[in-house]
Amino acid sequence: MSKQANKSFDNKKLVGELFTLTYGALVTQLIKDFEKDEDVNKQLEKMGYNIGVRLVEDFMSHSNTGKCQDLRETAEILSKVAFKMYLNITPTVAKWSPANDEFSLILDNNPLVEFVELPDEHREINYSNILCGAIKGALEMLQMEVLTWFPKDSLKGDDVTELRVKFVRRLTDALPAGED
Amino acid sequence: MSNYYFVIVGHKDNPIYEQEFSSHRNADVKKEDHRHLNQFIAHASLDLVDEHMWNTSSMYLKTVDKFNEWYVSAFVTASKIRFIILHNIRNEDGIKSFFNDVYEVYIKFSMNPFYVINSPIKSSNFERKIQLFAKRNLNV
Repeated sequence: MSKQANKSFDNKKLVGELFTLTYGALVTQLIKDFEKDEDVNKQLEKMGYNIGVRLVEDFMSHSNTGKCQDLRETAEILSKVAFKMYLNITPTVAKWSPANDEFSLILDNNPLVEFVELPDEHREINYSNILCGAIKGALEMLQMEVLTWFPKDSLKGDDVTELRVKFVRRLTDALPAGED
Repeated sequence: MSNYYFVIVGHKDNPIYEQEFSSHRNADVKKEDHRHLNQFIAHASLDLVDEHMWNTSSMYLKTVDKFNEWYVSAFVTASKIRFIILHNIRNEDGIKSFFNDVYEVYIKFSMNPFYVINSPIKSSNFERKIQLFAKRNLNV
């Protein structure tokens, strides 16, 4: 019995490590292909965006959440259901702006950055930028235009990684931005 | 008066990481001379290490060579990276646990997607950990 339990635990951990290594190989290759750090960041966000617009359908079908009434609910669902489902982490929602249109997700153990140390020549890379893009893409499919960025990043020396989301406007004409 | 010279050797016999430890505080003048000698001794012992690694199934190779008063002990990782340590005092248990600690840190370090295998290790984090292990296992 205990042997079986050990096997399943190791399997999850190994799949997680494979995911981390795959993402690391992706970022390294992007750095080799693009000269500038900002280009790498832009590309990561684009990739995240493409993932997000497709992922949101899968998310809605697997979770039984209905429509969210306001941004606060959206934030809670994002952190407790979406992140938990796909990355098995629950970031904390914090730092609401006074107008209730901006919030932060504090990621204290980001699975994407396990074992990673940013080299000195590439200090400006937002390593987890794919998450920014994914949130932007997913929320755009749900008729919300948002801005996402990293005010704090643990790979750059800060104590935690903070992902900030700012609500811009509701989208009424549902045409997604061109995928270029 | 124990001196240790630790080097991680890559696949092309290139040193990836070197570090000297000494229980003596004021041996700086002599060290300049010894630096070349240490590299020479370690390099010369690589042939013996390569010979021994195929004879045993364990990673730790104990003492493979001796040069005047220096013993050479080796440890070969699964990816055939060689850890060589030169020492003048026999300390098998300490060296064995030192090698195992270094191996663990090396594995974590090589999982970094930005690190190219066989390239020199320049991280100060890594250096600090190695010095901590040396203090703990080799009493330097």
